[in-house]
Amino acid sequence: MIEVQHLTKRYGRVTAVEDVSFRVERGEILGFLGPNGAGKTTTMRILTGYMPATEGKAIVAGFDVFDQPVEAKRRTGYLPETPPLYPDMTVLEYLSFVAKIKGVPSAGRADRIRAVMDRTRITDMAHRQCGKLSKGYRQRVGLAQAIIHNPDVLILDEPTAGLDPKQIIETRQLIKQLAGDHTIILSTHILPEVSQTCQRVVIINKGKVVAVDTPDNLTARLRGSETMYVQVDAAGADASGSLRHVPGVTRVVESDRRGAAIGYEVESERGQDVRRELARSIVSSGWGLLELRPMRMSLEEIFLSLTTEEAQQATAAEPVGEAANA
Amino acid sequence: MRNILAIAHKELKSYFSGPIAYIAIGIWALLYGYFFIAILQYFVRTSMQMGQFGAQQQAVNVNQMLIRPLLQNVTIMILFTLPMVTMRTYSEEKRSGTIELLLTSPLTDFEIVMGKFLGAMALYGIMLLVTCIHIGLLFIYGSPEWRPIVTAYLGVLLLGGCFVSLGLFISSLTKNQIVAGMITFAVFLLFWIITWIGSFSGPTVDKLTQYLSIIDHLDDFTKGVIDTSHVIYYLSFITFGLFLTVKSVDTERWRG
Repeated sequence: MIEVQHLTKRYGRVTAVEDVSFRVERGEILGFLGPNGAGKTTTMRILTGYMPATEGKAIVAGFDVFDQPVEAKRRTGYLPETPPLYPDMTVLEYLSFVAKIKGVPSAGRADRIRAVMDRTRITDMAHRQCGKLSKGYRQRVGLAQAIIHNPDVLILDEPTAGLDPKQIIETRQLIKQLAGDHTIILSTHILPEVSQTCQRVVIINKGKVVAVDTPDNLTARLRGSETMYVQVDAAGADASGSLRHVPGVTRVVESDRRGAAIGYEVESERGQDVRRELARSIVSSGWGLLELRPMRMSLEEIFLSLTTEEAQQATAAEPVGEAANA
Repeated sequence: MRNILAIAHKELKSYFSGPIAYIAIGIWALLYGYFFIAILQYFVRTSMQMGQFGAQQQAVNVNQMLIRPLLQNVTIMILFTLPMVTMRTYSEEKRSGTIELLLTSPLTDFEIVMGKFLGAMALYGIMLLVTCIHIGLLFIYGSPEWRPIVTAYLGVLLLGGCFVSLGLFISSLTKNQIVAGMITFAVFLLFWIITWIGSFSGPTVDKLTQYLSIIDHLDDFTKGVIDTSHVIYYLSFITFGLFLTVKSVDTERWRG
């Protein structure tokens, strides 16, 4: 549905996006993850035809955004970082203007606007001026604007930025609902958002793609071994010895101790689920099993490790560069 | 065409949902009313004098003595009011980010520019309608000829088109509508006084400045003459202004 090939964007001497490539399949939600200034917005603006790329190619819904911009735009809905609202217009006026310029046929236009307002829950604000809406409503009107012409592709630039927690949850649910009929790219710098809403993630840093994968695979890829957290009430006895004897376990480290309850981090060989054996061993020893859960590397950690790895390489390379300059 | 009209409609509505349309029309009506009274008084005095000195046979021409100078003074009003109309058309969209909506909608740059042009022209048309009231009064108390009035209005409309297209272009260059307004005003003023250097700088410069002067081309229209060379001049000026605007919007994309 969306294909990006070797996209590069330079502003004068500054390179905002460098050699970015990825694909998004129909009906998929792709998360675009990166710190502020990583090139997320630039990439999205190129995909929506707002600005051309310096190099590379982008195909949206079967149309090249540079060669057939009008056809590509007809099939794209875009919510920029700040919803593009006209403050003087009422929500209804605004949506009917957008529907007109996005080519919604006049026959079903009123119904379509009503349906979209229902879906984004802004019907009660229909006659309010856009400039007088709260941040949450603005964002929803922005979303309504993006889906009004029922586009194949939805591009959302930080759709939950500035919303309160309840609104964030609602927006995420709405985005998930939309995923059935639309292919979605959403950008964010909030990591849990990606693991909650997206099927695949593109991590971008300093204009370059650092990783493309599913959130689960990313987690797995960066995890050398499986780690379990086990909390045992062994009445003062040290359980680490018997835990270490469970087949598959490679290492046991005591991590915390609260009264009689002792927590252990149990590492095991990759791909081997040792939870049943651990539980059986603890229970058969007559101890109390208080907690047993897999410890996963969160996306935060993955993200940090991916982006700082890059930074380390950069600093390692720097002295060489300086020497060359001197 | 549907897209152009949608944008033109939106533009016209946005003038009226803010103070701009009311202020522009208000200033316009005030200035025009003042000009009307001033020229009418002069006209009445002249015709009375002519009556006293026994020039009864030669009736004083209302068209020539009243309507023509009146419509020529419209150029001064354009100088002050049209920058207000055009200054925000692009700069405001750029500042508020709504330009992102327009540029990512299935519209061509030409459709956007044309829609904005027609929107501003519609407001200008409404301003011209105000002047029809005064002219209408003359028809009640006198018997002016209507044909030169029609050609004069055609000229004034085309003249306004030139200024609007120029104003659109200037507005597309900046995010700041005050800057756009000031530059537009300065450029309009320059076009208004461009012939001043002509008479002292030799025949070539004289001819050149006269040709460039948007206002000089209006002269024949107010006399009741539709000279195609002037029509073509105005139309090509408008086209060039719109062309520059389209290019400016396009360049903005490349620069980002």
